[in-house]
Amino acid sequence: MTSTAVPAAPAPAQKTSGRNTESDRLKAENRLGQKLVAPAIILMLIVTAFPMIRAIWLSIYDYSLTAPDEREIVGASNYITALSDPLFWKATGITVLYMVVTVAIELVIGFAFALVMHRVIFGRGIVRTSILIPYGIITVVSGFTWQFAFSYQNGFVNGWLPFIGDDFNWFGETTPAVIAICISEIWKTTPFMSLLLLAGLAQVSEDMIEAAKVDGATWWQRMWKVVIPNMRAAIMVAILFRALDAYRIFDNIFVMTNGAEDTQSISFLTYRQTIEQFQLGMGSALSVLLFLSVLLIAFLIIKLFRVDLAQARQEG
Amino acid sequence: MNPDGVDTFMKYADSCSTADYDIAVQQLPSSATDQRIQLARRLAAEDSSTDLMNLDPVFVAEFANAGWLAEVPEEKASEITSSVEGEGDYLAGAAETVVWDDKVFAIPLWANTQVLWYRKSLAEKAGLSEEDMQQVTWDQIIDAAAENGGTVGVQANLYEGYVVWINALIQGAGGAIVSDTEAGRDASIDLNSDAGRAAAEVVQKLAESDAAQPDLSVSNEGTVLGPMFAGPGEFMVNWTFVYKNYEGLIGAAGGPADKQAFEDLGWARYPATVEGEPSKPPIGGIDIGVGAYSEHPEFAMEAAECITSTQAQVDLALVNGLMPSTNAAYDEVANSGDYPEDLIELYRTSVDEGGPRPKSAFYAMISSAIQQTWHSPASVDPDSTPEESADYVGNVLRGEDLL
Repeated sequence: MTSTAVPAAPAPAQKTSGRNTESDRLKAENRLGQKLVAPAIILMLIVTAFPMIRAIWLSIYDYSLTAPDEREIVGASNYITALSDPLFWKATGITVLYMVVTVAIELVIGFAFALVMHRVIFGRGIVRTSILIPYGIITVVSGFTWQFAFSYQNGFVNGWLPFIGDDFNWFGETTPAVIAICISEIWKTTPFMSLLLLAGLAQVSEDMIEAAKVDGATWWQRMWKVVIPNMRAAIMVAILFRALDAYRIFDNIFVMTNGAEDTQSISFLTYRQTIEQFQLGMGSALSVLLFLSVLLIAFLIIKLFRVDLAQARQEG
Repeated sequence: MNPDGVDTFMKYADSCSTADYDIAVQQLPSSATDQRIQLARRLAAEDSSTDLMNLDPVFVAEFANAGWLAEVPEEKASEITSSVEGEGDYLAGAAETVVWDDKVFAIPLWANTQVLWYRKSLAEKAGLSEEDMQQVTWDQIIDAAAENGGTVGVQANLYEGYVVWINALIQGAGGAIVSDTEAGRDASIDLNSDAGRAAAEVVQKLAESDAAQPDLSVSNEGTVLGPMFAGPGEFMVNWTFVYKNYEGLIGAAGGPADKQAFEDLGWARYPATVEGEPSKPPIGGIDIGVGAYSEHPEFAMEAAECITSTQAQVDLALVNGLMPSTNAAYDEVANSGDYPEDLIELYRTSVDEGGPRPKSAFYAMISSAIQQTWHSPASVDPDSTPEESADYVGNVLRGEDLL
């Protein structure tokens, strides 16, 4: 970790001048480093911190763009309204559902894809490219594609599924609509999951796997006892990234249902308040709540996996 | 500008440009919601490059209240306001859309309205004569379609088009969604009324009927076009573009097989919600507004008057099927012979006697709240939906409920 950079105890007297020189050099390097990163930090503050502070500021207002004269400070009222509204919790519930379902399925399929990409001998480039193609497609485009696929008029899904009528409307009820949205999301982002897992797989020592093989471990035993435990950090990063991404799900809902049939996520609710309704105060309050939820999810996932990210980077 | 009538707009952008200025055209997205958002983003940022803009009628009150629109000069404004009283050249329904707080903030260009389109053979099979069709009710067309294998096409996706239908149903029963809208957040919510219940009964009846199209809950102006010439046909409420659309599709996929099949297309006044009560056809169209942050408002206003000239309106009608907002232009279109005379007259009466959607600085909130409580059509219950909807609209306006 950081302990390598700082001496643990005071330096002995005879070496004072040498240590001082080293310390001065370190300080000078630090100062130079700070100067070099200062422009980036200032830029980051402008583009990241300013909008966040502005959102917090706006969230204490009752402020509609179309009625600027009626703008007034209402304190925490927007937060109270949001947190006491069933719609907020319904949107939170459905967002968590999207996140859990898609990340769980993506983890399994993504791991299978990662194994294929890792072990494939012939046509490695084609296999890897084929698996990654969906991730290269813009989410809105993928949303439209799946919307057409599920359409009863010109889609193929109803024709392929024998237990579903040809005129079944997938977007007419909550459950099928959520399934359609999840399938689109899973199709689009599983490659990302498999990429991260592939990186983790590549880090697992072949020696350990060979040793397990020599000890007579079956393929499943090697997976469960050797490969997966040694990929814990990569799995955590994959789940963390995808979970945070999935919690902000927006595009597929926007394209496929426009939030109808109780399919709207928290991001969609926030978008509607701010962009569609011009309610900057309430929209900002929802943005702040969304930000806090994302922080909470990140915290919980890191706690759950008990992975020291610095160690995972081999800095310890 | 919105994507309707682009070719005619390009022509007029060219011919209305002068030695002092050139009119450059930038196209807006196709849906009204997206058009509103894009214009609002620019105007909220005080963008001076937006001199002229196409405005859906329901945007005018919102944008004017936000201070984003320049007022129309006195002479033109008085012509428009007198038309609201039926004394000017503009159709009253169209003129009404550009007035907010007793001031005029845009110039009507084309005035859209909805009529009932139907297959004459389907109506005939159901025993509805041409005379019956002129004052037909929703109940009658739903029953007629259901009993004869046809359908009724409406716009019931979770979007503005659904509110157009609900508003027309409520107004057709003598009611309104809201009134006293200039009170802003304190407007009076009139949804929980006999008219609201009558409207809900129609929505419920269609949703539960065999006449409902399978994609009713996601239907829009485009999706309802298909069933007209497939099978026994349909009754459909839709805007004026339908006639030119099917005329252009004769012999093509989704259109009438031949000219004779096209002649089976009928039209009638928007169906009545309640028997004996005149229907209130929806009003749409496009108004031309001048941005409040324009650096050259006089030039922009001059260009707006040029683009809304009688000839421009006639061209939009004849080339693009977008009906005029003035009587003078209507007369020329009627004389052109491009449209059946009775259809032209039906459009004109529909705009003149139609019902606008509520004018409010908070219209987007009202509209969205209604969409949320009335969608999907299958969930509408006359005993509870109008009441729940009224409570919700009120709470949303007061900032007590999320939307």
